[in-house]
Amino acid sequence: MQAATDVMTAEHSFPRQEQLVEERLVLWYFVAALTFMTVSMLAGILMGLQLLRHNPLPPIEVLSPGRWRMIHTNAIAYGFLANAFLGIMHWVVPRLTLRPVFSRPLSYLIFFAWQFVVLATAVGLMFGQAQGLEWGETPVWIDPVAQLGLLLVAINFGTPILQTRGPMYVTLWYYLAALVWTFLTYAMGNFVPEYFVCGSSAGAVGGLFIHDLVGLFVTPLGWGMMYYFVPILLKRPIWSHGLSLVGFWGLAFFYPLQGIHHFLYTPIPMFLQYGAVLSTIALELVVVTVIINFIGTLYGTGGACLTNLPLRYFYTGILFYFLTCLQCALQVTMTFQALIHFTDWVVGHAHMVMFGVFSLWQLGVMTYLIPRILKTEWYNPAWCEWHYWASAGGLLVMAGDLILGGLFQGWSWAALHPWETSIHLSIPFWSVRIVAGLVMFAAQLLFIVHFYLTWRKSLQTAPAVVPAAGLATA
Amino acid sequence: MFERKSGIILIAGIGFFALAFLSNAVVPVLMYRHLPEQTAEQLVNGNLRYQFEDLAQRFPQAFETAYGQPPADPEKAGRWYDEHCASALKLGHQIYVGEGCWHCHSQFVRPVSNEDRRWGPVSKSWEYQNELQRPVMFGTRRVGPDLSREGGRRSSDWHAVHFFEPEALSQKSPMPRYPWLFDGSPDKPNIRGLALITYIQWLGSWHETYPYYEDYTAVPIKTAAAAE
Ligand code: HEC
Repeated sequence: MQAATDVMTAEHSFPRQEQLVEERLVLWYFVAALTFMTVSMLAGILMGLQLLRHNPLPPIEVLSPGRWRMIHTNAIAYGFLANAFLGIMHWVVPRLTLRPVFSRPLSYLIFFAWQFVVLATAVGLMFGQAQGLEWGETPVWIDPVAQLGLLLVAINFGTPILQTRGPMYVTLWYYLAALVWTFLTYAMGNFVPEYFVCGSSAGAVGGLFIHDLVGLFVTPLGWGMMYYFVPILLKRPIWSHGLSLVGFWGLAFFYPLQGIHHFLYTPIPMFLQYGAVLSTIALELVVVTVIINFIGTLYGTGGACLTNLPLRYFYTGILFYFLTCLQCALQVTMTFQALIHFTDWVVGHAHMVMFGVFSLWQLGVMTYLIPRILKTEWYNPAWCEWHYWASAGGLLVMAGDLILGGLFQGWSWAALHPWETSIHLSIPFWSVRIVAGLVMFAAQLLFIVHFYLTWRKSLQTAPAVVPAAGLATA
Repeated sequence: MFERKSGIILIAGIGFFALAFLSNAVVPVLMYRHLPEQTAEQLVNGNLRYQFEDLAQRFPQAFETAYGQPPADPEKAGRWYDEHCASALKLGHQIYVGEGCWHCHSQFVRPVSNEDRRWGPVSKSWEYQNELQRPVMFGTRRVGPDLSREGGRRSSDWHAVHFFEPEALSQKSPMPRYPWLFDGSPDKPNIRGLALITYIQWLGSWHETYPYYEDYTAVPIKTAAAAE
């Protein structure tokens, strides 16, 4: 906020925050995101208990654990991550471009349409209408609605970005590209393997989709967010503009080329598999430049991570990002794949990316923005600390546990043990996982209660009170 | 160019995306254009027909409730079985997808990690060129075993009992129960239960030496090494 005002004072007139940001909508998006986070985590816990044969629910159709496993992944991708990103973009884009979004009524329309898409997906999955594509299980009749929604999102945020003059800030590169990519990725993944191609070719497209969804939707929106919030919290610019350029263009080029690495050793032609492996390893080098850039930005003020909670969320996410990417570079090799593909190693990896990186970043932004929008301090800042430690700690245990367990599963299979052996040896790992999961779940519940109490407190405070500095400057 | 809107939209947004789509998706599509996509009707083979008629024998009442009576004329009856078998395959596939079986079971045998010893021949592209692999059911996680060579390995009533109550056959199995595929007990599969069993029996039925799985016994690693 500070950095932005410094620049803006130079100009004679600039719009006020109320004209730019629809703050209420940002909050609504956060509420929706946290609601779906709860649903997703409940579904995950259900599947975790099923594996331990302690599923408490009666065996009836709509409670089928296989269906709820798909609700788990879809609710986190489209319910939590997408909603939180949309809310955050409603804050960031107008403030960076100094222009409001294309249309406020459209913003509200998108909000409700998107909640409809996510809810309908969950209900459709519950009634067994899944589409056979990982992360794309959205029933086929919802796909066109979601596609239209993404087009509206692109128009709504694309307009202010396109109206800016002169050089654009890094965040806007990522956002602009992500608006195009998300639309294209969704169209490719949900329609091509369903209606146009089958078999190995569908596998290749499906691999591209799984990968692009993380790489071209979640990742650019995530990094765009980091390039915006980290300099603001640290009150200093990004260390190197050149590295920002390398990071963006390296990601844009190498990320989409890797889809097939999700299906190594399948009948998909081998030279394509090798291509995917090579570009994955190439991307790791790019990722290192991005990490260096953010370490460089932090250099000399690392202590801020101890006192500034949102910043700590961001850098914890960046650390996990480095770890996952390092893991990518190793696990993508054919040698590693032989052992770890199909095991819980991959599940651990997925949790580290989705929760350890992107969810932590978003929770950090929420921790930062909610008191600003509500114009009051958090109800009890100590609870924010609890939320952080239980989320990050739980995730660390869960990911480490699953990654380790995956190795044992792989070895057991390769040794031609009876199948049950691999299940029995997984029990301790699955047990630890469920405990870690419950800790993470409790943390989010605490956060939701805390959000509610803070909101209630804000209604009691006189509106004239100056915006609280909040945790960021504490 | 690198910081301009047009560069970001046209080169990164559309250009690089299209490049990846061309090289990673269009290339395999073109490479397999000579392998025609089979319909469910074309997938009905001798092995599968045998299993389907076997279902009619094992669960006569359930079968009749689901599909009615076959015509008396043997030739017409043959066609009748084929048609119902194909529709059962499609419904079975739909259930397999809808229940998320593919999140716990893979459908491809890799050339590594001794998988061909456990399950049979390594998977080939032509095996997937059909409408039931749209989108492909490769899977990404194995909680349970690979199913691409499952057909014929177990009897249909084994599957019926297993879907009704996995733990009855496989001690401490974490696989969920699917009682809604039955009318109350494992000897009364409903049309969906019959369809799912048909689908499972189809997997791998296209191979000449089907079933591969049959004589698999757990081999301790030392015996396996000595046999090499
Ligand atoms: C929670 C994960 C899970 C889900 C979901 C699941 N299974 Fe399983 N499945 C297993 C496990 C574990 C085994 C091995 C133990 C056993 O035989 O029950 C297994 C075994 C099997 C077998 C026997 C394989 C053999 O010959 O030994 C078949 C067939 C099967 N599953 C089919 C299905 C179908 C069809 C569905 C969907 C309706 C399904 N499974 C859903 C975990 C799962």
